[in-house]
Amino acid sequence: MARMKFLCDAERCIECNGCVTACKQEHDIPWGVNRRRVVTINDGVPGERSISVACMHCSDAPCMAVCPVDCFYKTEEGVVLHDKDLCIGCGYCFYACPFGAPQFPQAGAFGVRGKMDKCTFCAGGPEANNTADEYKKYGRNRLAEGKLPACAEMCATKALLGGDGDVLADIYRERVTKRGKGADVWGWGTAYGPPGQQPAAPAGGAKS
Amino acid sequence: MLLTKKSDGVVAAGPRLRRLGGAVLPTMDRRTFLRRSGIAAGAGAFASQLPFGSIAPAEAAAEGQGGGKTEVKRTVCSHCSVGCAVDAVVENGVWIRQEPVFDSPLNLGAHCAKGASIREHGHGEYRLKAPMKLVNGKYQKISWEQAINEVGDKLLALRKESGPDAVFWIGSSKFSNEQAYLHRKFVSFWGTNNCDHQARICHSTTVAGVANTWGYGAMTNSYNDMQNTKCALYIGSNAAEAHPVSMLHMLHAKEGGAKMIVVDPRFTRTAAKADEYVRLRSGGDIPFLFGLLHHIFKNGWEDKKYLNDRVFGMDKVREEVLTKWTPDKVEEACGVSPAQMYKVAEMMAKNRPSTLVWCMGQTQHSIGNAMVRASCILQLALGNVGVSGGGTNIFRGHDNVQGATDVGPNPDSLPGYYGLAAGSWKHWAAVWGVDYEWIKKQYAPNMMEKPGMTLSRWIDGVMEKNELIDQDSNLRALVYWGHAPNSQTRGKEMVEAMKKLDLLVVIDPYPSATAAMAAMVRKDGVYLLPAATQFENTGSITASNRSIQWRERVIAPLFESQTDHAIMYAFAKKFGFDKELVKNYKIVKPTEGKFEEPENESILREINKGTWTIGMSGHSPERLKLHMKHMNTFDVKTLRAKGGPCDGEFFGLPWPCYGTPEMKHPGSPNLYATGTPVMDGGGCFRANFGIERDGQSLLAEDGSFPKGGDLTTGYPELDHVLLKKLGWWDELTDEEKKAAEGKNWKTDLSGGMIRVFMKNHGNHPFGNAKARAVVWNFPDPIPQHREPIYSTRPDLVAKYPTHDDKKAFWRLPTLYKSVQEKNKDIGKEYPLVLTSGRLVEYEGGGEETRSNPWLAELQQDSFVEINPKDANDRGIRDGEMVWLGTPTGAKIRVKAMVTERVGPGVSFMPYHFSGVWMGKDMLEYYPEGAHPIVRGEAVNTATTYGYDSVTMMQETKTTVCQIAKA
Repeated sequence: MARMKFLCDAERCIECNGCVTACKQEHDIPWGVNRRRVVTINDGVPGERSISVACMHCSDAPCMAVCPVDCFYKTEEGVVLHDKDLCIGCGYCFYACPFGAPQFPQAGAFGVRGKMDKCTFCAGGPEANNTADEYKKYGRNRLAEGKLPACAEMCATKALLGGDGDVLADIYRERVTKRGKGADVWGWGTAYGPPGQQPAAPAGGAKS
Repeated sequence: MLLTKKSDGVVAAGPRLRRLGGAVLPTMDRRTFLRRSGIAAGAGAFASQLPFGSIAPAEAAAEGQGGGKTEVKRTVCSHCSVGCAVDAVVENGVWIRQEPVFDSPLNLGAHCAKGASIREHGHGEYRLKAPMKLVNGKYQKISWEQAINEVGDKLLALRKESGPDAVFWIGSSKFSNEQAYLHRKFVSFWGTNNCDHQARICHSTTVAGVANTWGYGAMTNSYNDMQNTKCALYIGSNAAEAHPVSMLHMLHAKEGGAKMIVVDPRFTRTAAKADEYVRLRSGGDIPFLFGLLHHIFKNGWEDKKYLNDRVFGMDKVREEVLTKWTPDKVEEACGVSPAQMYKVAEMMAKNRPSTLVWCMGQTQHSIGNAMVRASCILQLALGNVGVSGGGTNIFRGHDNVQGATDVGPNPDSLPGYYGLAAGSWKHWAAVWGVDYEWIKKQYAPNMMEKPGMTLSRWIDGVMEKNELIDQDSNLRALVYWGHAPNSQTRGKEMVEAMKKLDLLVVIDPYPSATAAMAAMVRKDGVYLLPAATQFENTGSITASNRSIQWRERVIAPLFESQTDHAIMYAFAKKFGFDKELVKNYKIVKPTEGKFEEPENESILREINKGTWTIGMSGHSPERLKLHMKHMNTFDVKTLRAKGGPCDGEFFGLPWPCYGTPEMKHPGSPNLYATGTPVMDGGGCFRANFGIERDGQSLLAEDGSFPKGGDLTTGYPELDHVLLKKLGWWDELTDEEKKAAEGKNWKTDLSGGMIRVFMKNHGNHPFGNAKARAVVWNFPDPIPQHREPIYSTRPDLVAKYPTHDDKKAFWRLPTLYKSVQEKNKDIGKEYPLVLTSGRLVEYEGGGEETRSNPWLAELQQDSFVEINPKDANDRGIRDGEMVWLGTPTGAKIRVKAMVTERVGPGVSFMPYHFSGVWMGKDMLEYYPEGAHPIVRGEAVNTATTYGYDSVTMMQETKTTVCQIAKA
């Protein structure tokens, strides 16, 4: 069984926001809710780098640990999902998350009673796959269709990768080899544990 | 406490078809990846093969219906010239999803923010939904019938009163090729050359400057070919925002060791990816480029054999740069240190093939035509033109600005750059099957061969004193057909001109800023007609690399909108030349509420029949459709198909694709490549400027010719005399002989001469000549630096003054020196340089993209970038509102973004905003419900006078302003 992960290659991200709008249009996400954002550091000066950030679907997800109603669950593919029917919108997960992924919309289809909303790795929620109910609460379930997250599939420079962690690591290793220099894989250590515990860690080491 | 989802969950349905779509390619080797993840090549290729049974029935499902008919339509993003393919999933006529097309060799499934949200066009919430008329200052809905009749009657009355030249028709670079071509034909039958489109303010200086250097005015290589470069120099291009998907190819090259240099007044997002960033003084392009050349000549890095064999006049340029552009003078004029100049010159010279990229940063100056030639000259000196990995990679703007330039509404030419001479008219009259004399009668006497006004100057066409303009009447009516007004300079004067017009017509999917600006100053005399988008149309478009792609219709035109060519046909009926207009076309029967329209395929066939000059003759609809279907067979690095039904052809048959479709020319991926046989897409420089100058031959030296050709020397362009002299005339069929007699390769409608010359003998039909480093027919035969019309540097104005004023230039008096002189100390009052450019989220004037909520949310304010030093000197903090004022007297209110992205003394504004006018929200002036979500001040409300001395390009990239806290 594949272990799904995200990887954003800062050497390639150009902050074009393609991942952001891909997500918005795929799931019809309302104004004000951002499951994915592009964060830029050193904006406008040498050293400027951008990273696309959403829920990383952590191995040992802090959100799951802190949720008082236990609304989170993990799929066989390592995707961290939650049940909006159980969520009470308390916001603990937001404080626990190292990536700022949980969103608390106040209005619209996702905002019923201020329930938490976040990236689903395009894998829907607990409802039956691709039902109207699932779509309404969580958006599309692309994994069930044999597709990968829309953000990664449409990335302008193939900076954002999403899919089987082993394959991601292979691809990234090849890039690093070609470039002849190591690089930071932003967030990997935080999300998926230290390199020793990651059989599929990319070359060059993972740092958070 | 880890739960696992129930087994009927995630993994149940369908094979893992694209296990790692987004991850595809460590670098670019998509095929390797597909093999590795166990997907047969071609699976998931054409989206119709996807398991649609498993696709969520989207909105329908959400509404509890589902089970409709699902189709996949392949279209192309309409927001820039890269040409990113999109698979649109349509259910019951509703566009419900979009899927990436991994098979496209151009974008490999990738999109920027605009492409990834293109599906909003299936909603069109803020579109112009019905024809409207301005009544007493408010827009009111009217019927199409009333609209065509009223607008038609008014135009006919104006024509009768003031002649056909009293109307200016602004066309669009967002037209398909078929529509752009039909628009030029339509305007010709109306009887004027007063038509234009976005290319005027985009790359007109490029087209003129580059074509006059070596033959064609287009991008020489391709985005894909940048993968083969060793060093790329971007000057005046912010590709990461303006052409994001092009970066896919550049970053690939960079990872393979290619160097990347970005030269720009701003530290752009593109610069953030560069190995070397050069901060250039705005407008200092020629000192910079010639400063590089100085080092190249001084160190003997030029390609001497190449220059001897293929370039005319470089000795004169050499003399000039060695004496005039010494490192100290270069630094003074462009602000780059001698050490960095040397470093960049060395990088370009020692990492060949090296390529040069430019965009509007170079074109939009009053000396743009000279700047682009300086770029060409640099590449010629390095021997970089005509080789893979080299070239001048000129990125065009709109999705079809290349195509509209090639065959669309241009005031100085008929389709295919044929010009306006009587012979050109006769050529097209023959293709159209109409009488030349009849067309002539449609025109006012002696106006048929005189270039029209340009869209950058329509304001003056309205406002200038009648005795000073070079046509009978001033402009009295204006038709904005798919063009934003806020992309043109001098907005403050523009509303005055709008006020003065008798009639203003807007034909557009969105009301555009025109509607609001007009309603702000007028009570009546404005009509808005809803046009369909390109997702509601079929047709071909030409990407920047000259590849032509065919779009399928995704959905039927929404609301009451009609396709542009249907509207042209409807007006042609009203004007009484419909039969002439559609003589060669099939007519598609209308569906309910829509007009009948000429069939796009038959329009394209007519284009093929007449456009020999740029080889748009080989692109039959059948060939283009075949390419769209078999994208997966094309190689990403070369664009060439390996096997499959398009074997040996280049993707989209990048023009020139000479001869008839039957001749099977494969298209030309890299122009002027002598190392490749002509029938494999090779070429040489064009013989278009005579055969001799100052006693020197202009033809290529012996031994320099397209590989494998029978003629091994330079030769002039092909005509019937040459073919006879060479003894090849009898290789024509009798039929072809009849058609070719007395003709040349551009006017022989049989294509026979081209066939014999190319296919049988391997020679190039446009001749084999030298490129020109000296363009003697331009104001500055050797590119000269001249300060912008509005400069903050009186010392440099004194050293490098602009041109003298011109009297009748594109029918209008045009000022240079008198304005510059008057404003030579303008820097005292307006000390900041003002420049403008793109944001990734928006396109052009921006009404369309600012109406898309997925994009609008990401950029909600119009802003100005200002350096911390300038901000602190003015007591301005980041995020505060400021007033930006210019010498036009305009003052606009925008948010300050305090950043070192711009250097001290420089300010930058994006140009996509409109809907706020000098501090006032224009919401009330839009038709109800059809306003863009995000509104902001347009930079061009405040920009100043200044036009290129060859093409009338507006000077937006260098003007002046002052900024104060609001």
